[in-house]
Parts: sequence; C-alpha cells; structure tokens
Amino acid sequence: MKPADKKRVLKEMLFARRFEERCYEAYVERKIGGFLHLYSGEEACAYGVLEAAKPGHDYVMTSYRDHIHAIKSGVSPKAVMAELFAKETGCCKGLGGSMHIFGAEQRFMGGYALVGGPFPLAAGIAKGIKLKGGDEICICFLGDAANNQGVFHESLNMAKVWDLPVLYVCENNLYGIGTRIERSTAVVDQYKRVGAYDIPSAQVDGQDIETVYDAAKIAIDHVRSGKGPYFLELMTYRYRGHSMSDSNAYRTKEEEQLWNERDPLNILRDRLVGAGEITVDEYKQWDTEIIAEIEDDIIKFAEESPEPSAELLDKYVLAENDPWVRGGAK
Amino acid sequence: MAEIMYWEALRRAHDEEMTRDPLVICMGEDIGVAGGTYKATNGLFDKYGPERVIDTPISEGGYTGLGIGASFVGVRPIIEIMSVNFAWLAMDQVFNTAAKVRYMSGGQLEAPVVVRSPGGTAHQLGAQHSARMEKVFMGVAGLRVVTPSNPRQAYGLLKSAVRCNDPVFINEHELMYNMKGDVPDEEYFMPLEGSEVAREGIDVTLFGYNISVHWCLAAAEILASKHGINAEVIDLYSLSPLDREGIKASVSKTHRAVIVEEAEPAVGVGSEVMAIINEECFFELDAPPVRVSAKNVPIPYNHTLEKMAIPTTQDVVDAVLKQFGLS
Ligand SMILES: Cc1ncc(C[n+]2csc(CCOP(=O)(O)OP(=O)(O)O)c2C)c(N)n1
Ligand SMILES: [Mg+2]
Repeated sequence: MKPADKKRVLKEMLFARRFEERCYEAYVERKIGGFLHLYSGEEACAYGVLEAAKPGHDYVMTSYRDHIHAIKSGVSPKAVMAELFAKETGCCKGLGGSMHIFGAEQRFMGGYALVGGPFPLAAGIAKGIKLKGGDEICICFLGDAANNQGVFHESLNMAKVWDLPVLYVCENNLYGIGTRIERSTAVVDQYKRVGAYDIPSAQVDGQDIETVYDAAKIAIDHVRSGKGPYFLELMTYRYRGHSMSDSNAYRTKEEEQLWNERDPLNILRDRLVGAGEITVDEYKQWDTEIIAEIEDDIIKFAEESPEPSAELLDKYVLAENDPWVRGGAK
Repeated sequence: MAEIMYWEALRRAHDEEMTRDPLVICMGEDIGVAGGTYKATNGLFDKYGPERVIDTPISEGGYTGLGIGASFVGVRPIIEIMSVNFAWLAMDQVFNTAAKVRYMSGGQLEAPVVVRSPGGTAHQLGAQHSARMEKVFMGVAGLRVVTPSNPRQAYGLLKSAVRCNDPVFINEHELMYNMKGDVPDEEYFMPLEGSEVAREGIDVTLFGYNISVHWCLAAAEILASKHGINAEVIDLYSLSPLDREGIKASVSKTHRAVIVEEAEPAVGVGSEVMAIINEECFFELDAPPVRVSAKNVPIPYNHTLEKMAIPTTQDVVDAVLKQFGLS
C-alpha cells in the first residue's frame, strides 16, 4: 500500500469504528430495532480486501454484519444509518434493516441473514460475469461458522468445476455466536478445508491491514485473471457481542485483552506514527471530526428523515405491471 | 397448430427463449449431455454448449442459489429440479432469497428465475418420490406459482415465466410429460395469472389444476352422460395468485363448487379456494363446497394402497352426487 493510501484508509477505518459504536448507542436508545451485528475489531478485513479490489466495479456481498462492507463499497453512510433508523431515505427505504443493506448501483449485492446463504449467490453472480464476459469478480465475505453449512461445500465445488471468478473471504473471528470454533468445527484452519476442492487459499492475520491487502492482491489477481475461485481466511476478532442481545459471557477476559492489543486501527496508526506519516494529534483531530460528522450529518439525517409511506408496504412484493403476467406487452 | 407432447412443448419454449436471449440459460441434474430426465432440454446441449446448458452436481440448494445469484446480474436461468421432492433442499434459496430480495432491497435487486419441477404420484415411486408440494410454494409472498395441465400451457407458461421479472415456480407432473395436445405454431404466451374454463357447464363447478383437471374432465363426462349433471371445469393453472375473479364468476353461475387436488387436504389449494368462495360469493352457494383430496398419508409403495391414497375420477363423481343429495 502507498503511504497516502494507508493514511486515507486509516481514517476510513476510524470512521467505520465510530459509525458502528454510534449504532450501538442508537440501539440502546431504541432508535435502531431488530438485530444489530457490529463490525468493530474486524475493520482491516473489509478495508484490506476492498482496497485491493475495485469497489463499484466488482460485486460484493456478505452476511448480516454488513454495514461497513456496504459503506466501503460506496453506499452512503447516511443511507445506511437511515436504513438502520428504518426511514424512507434508507438505502432500502426502511424495508431491509441492519441485516439487509443493499446498494445495487454500487454493486453491493446485499447483506443476508441466513448463515451461509450467500455462498451460492456469489457463485451465481460470478457465473453471470463469466457469461457476459466482463473482468469483474464477485467477493463474498462470510464468517467462520458459515463454513459448516452444506452450501459452503456445494458452492466451492461448483465454483471450481466451472472456474468461476469468485473470491470467498472468511472472516474467522473464532466464534459462531457463543460457540468457539473448535467446539463446532473438525478442521479449525478454514483455509485447509477448501483443499478438498482443489481451490487455492491462504490464511493471514486479519488485524494488520497491510498483510490483508497483500494477500488480497494475490487472491484477486488470481480470480481476475480467469484462474477460478480463491479462498482467503482472515484471522480476526469482534470486540462486541455477536449481536446486541449477546451477553458475551462465553469469552475470557484474557482472550479479549489479547485481541484488544491487536486492534487493527492501533496497529496501522502506530506504524504510521512511527514512520512519521501522521502524528498522534492529527489522529485525535480526525477522531473529533469524525464523531462530529457522524452526529451532525449522519445521525441528524437519519433522525429527521420521514417514516416510509404506507404505500411501500406492498410495492416490491412482485414486479410492478410486468407485461408477461398478462401474457405479453399489451 | 400441431399436436405435440408436453415435454416437446417445454423443449420448444426453452429453445426459442435461448435463441432469442443469450442470457437465458438452463441448469439442472442430467439436463445437458444426457438430454434431461424428461427430455425438456433434449438436444439443447449440442446447440448452446456447456456454458448455457449446465449439468449441475447433485446440489439442489447450491445450484438453485447459483441461478438466483446469476439472475441478480441479468441472467435468466431456467432451473430444473429433477423431482419436487428434491426441491426441499433448495427451499432456503427460493424462499429466503428469491422471493424476498426485491422487497428487502427496497426494489434494488430482483430474482427473475424460473424453477421447474415435477411433483405428484407416479407409479410406485414410494414416499420420498411422490410429494405434491405446490401448496408449500403457493404460501409464500413474492413467488409466482403456475402449473400447466397440457402442452399448450406448458409451452406458453414457460415462455412468459422466462420473461417475467418475478421468480416463478412451475409445478409439473411426473406422469404428464408424454401427454399430447395442440400447441399453436406461432409464438404463444400464457398470462401468468388467471384460470381457464376447460369445460363449460351450469350445474356445478369442478376446480382442478395440473393432473386433476383431467380427473375433473373425465368426471364431468360421466356426470353428463349418466346423471344429467352439466359440470363446468375450471383449470386453476395459476396457483399463486389464485384467480379470485374466475372462481367467483364460475361459482356465481353454477352455485356449487367441488375442488379436486392430488395433494393432502390441509392448507392446500382446496382450502384456499374454499376461503376465496367464502370471501367472494358465499351467498351464491346452493350447497357447502366440497374438497376431493389425497389421503393425509405419505404415499405407500404398494400399488393398490397407492391408488387408494389419491383421488380418482370416481371420487369426483361421488362427491358431486353426494353434494346433490343423489347418493
Ligand atoms: C441458517 C441460519 N442458522 C442459524 C442462524 C442464527 N445465527 C446467526 S449468526 C450465527 C453465527 C454465525 O457465525 P459466523 O458465520 O462465524 O459469523 P460471525 O457472526 O461470527 O461474523 C448464527 C448461528 C442463522 N441466522 N441462519
Ligand atoms: Mg464467526
């Protein structure tokens, strides 16, 4: 990564952290409803991979832990926050919610709530890319526990048989809700599992964005050059509970402490401070600005936006005025 | 107008749509090199190649999801699931994603996929190959369900389903692929919504769909020739949405309704049509509507018991006579 990019992306990750932490507060204030899954601690995964990709050109999809992937793909943070506040100005007009952020224009193909559901969808988008002959790829971010679904295996198999341009990124945060990986998963190193399908893979530190970026470059080059799928495992940790309803009681203080010391923001910040690229004061200044921007701009927009109108209730169930429903274009 | 078989009608629709649009593809188990279990894609592999006529692994959830994902970016997949019994494995992708993606994305994405699959009891295929699952599909918002009862409908519904921007489930039948019928020589599109009058009558309406339309037609002949009852037969080829207006119009004319379904009675087409009759034209009725349904059992292997489990033409005749107080 170039120094200027590192500086920019550090600021972006700081924004992501503040955005998510502000969501936490808004949830406690009951401004956000439903399930809310936060990304704090895992920022270097999405930012590292998508820095190496072409957001807006490449297709991206993920699970319910999706706000930050959407924002990094180019969906406006205001539209994401307004969606969380269930407002008509939200990216999905208040019909989706936290687990279903979409940005078709930005080729952010959605957040999905069924664990493992996106595996075949991503392979399908890749199939579409291949049929149409573009140089895009599809990048699918999912958790470690999702790999125990049948469609994980089905999708890897199809992606390999048909050489589809899909990159699967496994954000291995060691837990599926409260179940630690070795208690649910026979092979703990996820990258090894895809060897069964002869798919190239790598496992790297997901807390150091430069490491993620370098590994993602290799992965993306492979996929974009037409050599078929790739699987990238990023070792990471979420700082919050699985969702807001999670007490987090299943993790030890020692483990949390260990990973707090490996905060992806601090790792990059300290490195840039050490290299004289930024000063601690500059970073603090950013933080102040970001917090203010989120409050004055984003939260205010979400708060002040209107509720969805009642006509939205059944507007998107079926296609509007589809001529084939009547047997042709009459 | 040519008389062709049901599978030939499906094959012709596939072929025409694939010629028209290079993004129409078909996929499923053994549909390519082998030509398809029911020959609905016979010869298309040679014509369009492996990128568009895709022999899938036996991964119903996987390849159905793959087709749905492809449809997000403009591909028009026609997915064949070899037997509706296997479609259970694809339910997550169909229900949780295809049927909901337009809605939950606030209109940004849609999933214009066609899933075709045969259900029904065939010949002693046993409990795990004899499901009738239309009731399951028709209970989900965001999905269209059609079920062709003859080659013309099979052709015309597939033609429209491929072009429609909604996900469409086409419920076919194991026993009907070799059925013959007239199909127009020129291109023909069936509306995806509505019903058809398969036989006009004035004394009672027999509602059928897919194979049970044929039981109704046979029963109507017996009722006319032996009992002087002139039955109307309505073909409910669209199961979701059901044709409220068509149901109301016929019952308002005949004042009697018998609904014939190959599936178990609970939460099915029969109960749904009865509810619509109640809501739309209860005071038109001269007698309580009746359902003729399968027994509420898994389908047995033994041939005699298998026959007992599903309705027959005679069951339809008996139900009508009983409704008229003639038995
Ligand atoms: C099919 C399905 N089963 C169960 C759940 C409930 N659930 C939601 S998230 C989750 C854990 C997933 O863990 P992982 O894939 O590692 O992702 P992470 O949340 O750690 O990012 C479970 C069990 C679900 N949403 N979908
Ligand atoms: Mg996890």
